[in-house]
This record gives sequence, structure tokens and C-alpha cells, in this order.
Amino acid sequence: MSTTVEIISRCQELYEDLEFHSARAWKDAEPGRKIIGYMPIYIPREIIHAAGMLPLGILGGGDQLEVIHGDAYYQSYICRIPRSTIELGINGRLDFVDGMLFPSICDVIRNLSGMWKLMFPDVYARYFDVPQNYVDDIGGNYYISELKELRDGLAKLGGRDITDDDLRNSIAVYNENRRAVQAIYALRAAQPWQVPSSDLYMLLRAGMVLPVEDHTLMIEDYIKAAKTEDKPMRDNCRVVLTGMFCEQPPPTLIKSLELAGCYVVDDDLLLVTRWLQGDVQVDGDPLKNLSHAFLHQSISTAARYEPDAADKGRYLVDTVRQTGAEGVIFAAPSFCDPALLERPMLQHVLADENIPYIAFKYAENSGQMQPIREQAGTFADSVKLWSEA
Amino acid sequence: MSKAPKPDPRDAIKDDSMLKQKAMMAGHYENLSNAKRDGRKVASTFVPGNLNELVMCFDMLNNLPEVNAIQNGLRKTSGGYVQEAEKLGHSEDVCTYVKSDIGMMAKGNIGPHGKPLPDPDLLLLSYTGCFTFMKWFELLREQYKCETIMLHTPYEGDGKITQNMRDYMIKQIKEEVIPTLERVSGVKFDIDRLREYLRESAKAEEDLVWVLKSAKKKPSPIDAYFGGIYYIGPIFGAFRGTPEATAYYGSLRAEVQSRMEKGMGPVTPEGDMGKEKYRLVVEGPPNYTSFRDFWKMFYDEGAVVVASSYTKVGGVYDYGFRHDPDNPLESLADYCLGVYTNRNLPQRVDMLADYVEEYEADGLLVNSIKSCNSFSAGQLLMMQEVERRTGKPAAFVESDLVDPRYFSAANIKNRLESYFQMIEQKRTSGGGAPAMVIGGAA
Repeated sequence: MSTTVEIISRCQELYEDLEFHSARAWKDAEPGRKIIGYMPIYIPREIIHAAGMLPLGILGGGDQLEVIHGDAYYQSYICRIPRSTIELGINGRLDFVDGMLFPSICDVIRNLSGMWKLMFPDVYARYFDVPQNYVDDIGGNYYISELKELRDGLAKLGGRDITDDDLRNSIAVYNENRRAVQAIYALRAAQPWQVPSSDLYMLLRAGMVLPVEDHTLMIEDYIKAAKTEDKPMRDNCRVVLTGMFCEQPPPTLIKSLELAGCYVVDDDLLLVTRWLQGDVQVDGDPLKNLSHAFLHQSISTAARYEPDAADKGRYLVDTVRQTGAEGVIFAAPSFCDPALLERPMLQHVLADENIPYIAFKYAENSGQMQPIREQAGTFADSVKLWSEA
Repeated sequence: MSKAPKPDPRDAIKDDSMLKQKAMMAGHYENLSNAKRDGRKVASTFVPGNLNELVMCFDMLNNLPEVNAIQNGLRKTSGGYVQEAEKLGHSEDVCTYVKSDIGMMAKGNIGPHGKPLPDPDLLLLSYTGCFTFMKWFELLREQYKCETIMLHTPYEGDGKITQNMRDYMIKQIKEEVIPTLERVSGVKFDIDRLREYLRESAKAEEDLVWVLKSAKKKPSPIDAYFGGIYYIGPIFGAFRGTPEATAYYGSLRAEVQSRMEKGMGPVTPEGDMGKEKYRLVVEGPPNYTSFRDFWKMFYDEGAVVVASSYTKVGGVYDYGFRHDPDNPLESLADYCLGVYTNRNLPQRVDMLADYVEEYEADGLLVNSIKSCNSFSAGQLLMMQEVERRTGKPAAFVESDLVDPRYFSAANIKNRLESYFQMIEQKRTSGGGAPAMVIGGAA
């Protein structure tokens, strides 16, 4: 059995590999294989999988990529993820990707879909819209048709039909992955010293490039290994981390929070892995099931409209209560409309519940962690010293 | 030597249509302030994708927060409101329309006309072409605690309106928007009333398009950006579908026709513009806090804007769309789906390149707005594409909508002067000079 260190070492290699060798190897292993890139925040990866293709999470260039060309496409007041993604495209690192999906998250990613069409006209590029109306025969009907369009588009690209049975099989495979992700999140919330957040993040990142079946096994192996290892429990402050659902923080940022005395017990990193809460029904019409799950089992986040004013931000309070968190850290990428517009509303809800919080901004290539470490450390100390609990 | 007195902004010269437009807007603000007294219900909604004809079917008044922010920008009060919102915890990175609105509320919700604005009875969230709209009305809902309707307009990601998109819109309008408007207003929906308003809309749209297309003539009788902003006021705001709007656009058309017949150029705040030297297409919204200074940088150099994308943000009519009384809900859906910021980037590039060709422009100018990612993200590529397709030079300046901190007059003026020199150079070299881009991301 592998140790957690060995598993995370493999994940780290995948994370650092901006040439995507693992995905390229998957594609080269059999003729005719295709790869579909997708950006945050949510894509029904089941449909890509059912087409026999590899869904590949594209999350910008992180803190390792020097952005040269990408900056020529964006003004200084636009976040970093689109410019580093353009950089990946221009410098050929995505030349093996057969299609790109741009989910409905904000105007920058939305417009990037059109840029991709202009810059890479031979690549299948699609803006994937999702309903903001959650009534089955209104938003649901619309979404089912959008799912059909995606299925048809991928079938054409792949040169073969995507059957309902293919979709049911893929839904079942992703249900297993969702359960594994849920299990490791639950383990971290219960014993955060056994599952450092820096490890968990690397594990989830691996799921952006690996076939889902391999990723599920990897998480299960990690859980088994973590349960046999004995790591020291520290008197850290338990926090929920929120706002990091699109442009990714550098891993050193997550480590810095831990070093500053915070146990992250929940977060909104890489939401695609747990956007749908719980299993998607396998039997029956698969697109209808995916639609039903989207309408009624989606996680709450800034990119979704909250129809009930009374429920605005409740998920964050509930998460704090369920995980036993003592505070919330708002960490948003600079110039991120969804996270930054949402933040005041969430802060009001937390204030009403007397839940302490702090806020800061970052970019995917932020290098200086000392100010964040000091801020988080002070927050952790103040919670420990003065909180009513 | 004594200094010349500083001109009073109220001395700006306006043609009749501008004065009429101003009076219409002032009347609407009065109506809003008197709404409670008059027993009128108020729906706040947005300019892109606004359903004014439908709102009027329920005897409701519309209140447009972007227009409030613009008016506050023109009156130079928005800067204080933006800073007030930032003090309340709103990020310096986000849309200044939102912060101007929130700051205005925090300071007592006194409208640009100096009187209190009423709390809305309804927030009609026409989620069209701008992600920020969704968060903006969630923020307002938190304050006003009133009923909110989400009308989700799907984005034209593939550059077309599909039947699925249209069906989704119509179903939302039928099953959610109309029943809620009936409940809040207490007025029963009458589709014939809607048809009548849509018939009026189509008439006004026809005249607006004629006016906008008049800029194809040389010299152009209008400025289709700075002047165009006055022209779109009634139809993008609270008047689309009203006989007043029809009358306004009829008289505007006659006024422009008269100018055209006399070979006159546009009216500027300092009177008739002199010789037309440069014809430009402009992409992006203007800056409102220094609107007149910004415009002056153009007319002082003899530059006239012959077409702009911003004057399509509340509806694209020059490609043939008209509100249709025979298909009322379908045409409301298509209207929302077709507004400029709901079109994908390739469509926007096509439109701008067409404008440069059709209006025989010397080039494209992008005014990139810090606040508005819906417009701004991708503009540098759009600029390159338009330049490549038309062979005409493009330039780029940066400012903000209503935050005066992001208007650097000297910087913009320098860039514009360099741009005009480049156009001259291109003319004298017989079009053989390589296309160049001034500026770029800071």
C-alpha cells in the first residue's frame, strides 16, 4: 500500500506538469481518443466520459507559468486565469486538446469562449450555459436541451453516438468519484491533522487530469493510508475557506494558512468535483437525471442565483456548524466579480450569526505569503483567545 | 490679464432633441419620486433586456439603477457614492455602477434630481449579458427585502438564438414574470395592451435606426456615441413603447434630416462641430464623470463617431430586429437575447468590422472600462481582429463608467492625439502604412 507521501508526490508531479504528459499519454494509448478541456466552475463531465473522451480540467497556469503573450490580451484590471490560459493555448501546451468548454461562471470566462473561437478556429469550443431558473419544466427543460446539444456536439467530434447506456455508466462512475471526494472531505473535517488541506488540494487537482476511475482509486488509497498514519494534532483554529472556486491559489497559500495555525475544514476549491451533492440517479433518462441533479442537488456558490432571500449565505453558516468551524476566511482572486460581489452578502450573514471572518485577495501567481500568514495567524490566535466557544 | 470665466456646464449647447430628452428624463424622475403619492408601483430593472412594455401593462414605473448611476456620474456625485460603498465593504475591484447605487442608497437614496427615490416594489432581474446584474439585485434584495424575479437570458455562445433559448425565455415570461407582475401590481395582464405598446416600440425603433444610419453620410449629421447617448435615452429607458417615445424619435429624425440636407455636422456642447476630419467607430461605454471633457477631446480635433457598440447595449435594432405586436412574447425574448453584450465575441467583431466598412470610418477606438468585464474582457483581441479585417488602425484608451479616479484626461488626450496622427499618416501613405495599435494593457 502506498503512503500518503507517495500518493501526494505523484499528485505534485501531475500538478507541476504544464505539458500535461499524463493526458497526452492517455490520448496516445489508443488511436482516435479525444480530450476535452474545461474551465471552472461546473461541467457535466459524465457526458465527456460517456463519449469515450478524457475531461481535462484547465485551471490556468498557476504560479509556475511565465505569462508573456497572455498579458497582451488583457487589461491590467482583469484577473489572471484567462491570461495564463491563453498563454497555455498560444505556446502549444494545449495543442493535444480537441475541444474546450467554458462554463457559465462570469463574463471573463464567458468572453474567453469567444476568444477561443477566434484564436483556435479548428478546436471545438463551446460556452456551456446552465439555467438560473430551477423549476423542472422551465430551467430543467432548457438544460436538458443544452445537455443534448453538448452530447450531439461531442458525438460528432468523436464520430460515434453517445447512447443512454453510455451515459448511465458514466453517471455511475462519477457517483463513485463523488462518494470518494465526499468521504475525504468528511475525514478532513473530522481529523484535519490526518488530511492536511495541502494534501487534499493536490489530490483533487490530480482529478483534473487523470481518468476518473484512476482518481477515485487514488482517493480511496489515500484515505486508507491516512487512517494508518499517525500525525500530531495541533491546537489550530478550524476555518472554512471560501472564494477560491475559479482562479486557483498557489499551493503555498494553502500551506501558509496551515502553518499560520488554521485547519481548513471545508473549502470551495475545485467545485466541479462536488458540485452535485450526492449521487445522480442512474436508472431512467440520463439527461433528465443530470438535469434534476443540477436543479436540486447543486452546491451553493456565487455563480448561482439564490431564489430565496432567506437562504442567501445559509450554506456557509450550515457548513460552519456542520464542520465545527470557528471562523471563515474569504480568499478571492483579485478582480473576481463573482467572489467579490458575493462577499459582502456572505459577511452580513456571518455577522448575524456571530461567526468571525477575515478577507484577503490573491492571484494564482502570488509569491509573497508573509502578509497572508500574518493575517491568518492573527485571526487564528484571536479566535482561539477570544471566541465564546 | 484677466482669466476668461469658467464655462457653466449648464451653458452647453443642445439641439431640440437633447432638450426634449432631458425634459422626458426629468419628468420620469418626478414620477418616480411621486410614485407612492400617486399609488404607482415601481419595478427596478436593467437597461439590457428591459421589458418596459410589459412593465407598463401593469401600470408600474421602471427605475433603472444604471441610469441613476449615469446621471450621478454626469452630476459628479457618483465618486462619493462609490467610496461610500467601498467603506461599507464592497471591493475596489468591482463594478462602479453597483457601488454608486449602493452608496446612493446608504446616503438616503436621493436621486440625481435631488429628491428621494422610492423603494422598489419589485426587482425584475433581467439577467442579460452581464454577470454582475445577478449579484447587484441580490445585493438590492438584501436592502429592500422586496420580491425579486429572475429572468435568465441565455448567452449567444455560438452566435445564434436557438429555439431552446427562445422557448426558455417565453416560459419564464409566461409562468414566472407575468404572474409575479400581476400579483405585485394587482393588475391583470392584457396581451392586447402589450401588443399596442410593442407597436409603438417598433415605430420608435424604425426612426432610431434611421437616425443612427444617417451617420453614413459625409459629413455625418450626428455623433453616434456622445450624441447617440442622448438619442438612446428614451428608448433604452422608461419610454420604449410609449407615444412620447414615438413622437420624440419622429422629431429627432426630422431634426437630423434637416441637418443632413444642410450638410451640417453634429451639435456639440459648444455648438456646431467644425469640419469633419476623422470618422471613428467606438467600442465600449463612455466615461460619465468627465463626459463633456471626453467628448471635447474628439470634437476639438474634428473627430466624429459614426457608429458605436454602446448605443446597442439596450437593443440591437440596426440589423433588422423590431418588437413585433403579432408575436409579443417571442419578440420580447428575441429582444433580450439579441442585445449587444449578450452576443459572443465573434459576433461583436463582425459588427464592429461591418461598421468600419459601412460607415467608411478611419478606424476603431476602444474605450476600455475598468468596471465592466462584460464589455472589456476580450477587447484587445477584438481590436486586433477588426484591424486585421479592415486594414484600418485601432486605438485603445482606458477609463471607468462613474468612478472619477479612473479618468486620466492627459493620458487619454495624448493617446487620442497620437491616434489621429496615425490616421493622417495612413492617409498620406495611401493606405500602405502598417496598421498599428496605440496603447494596450497598462
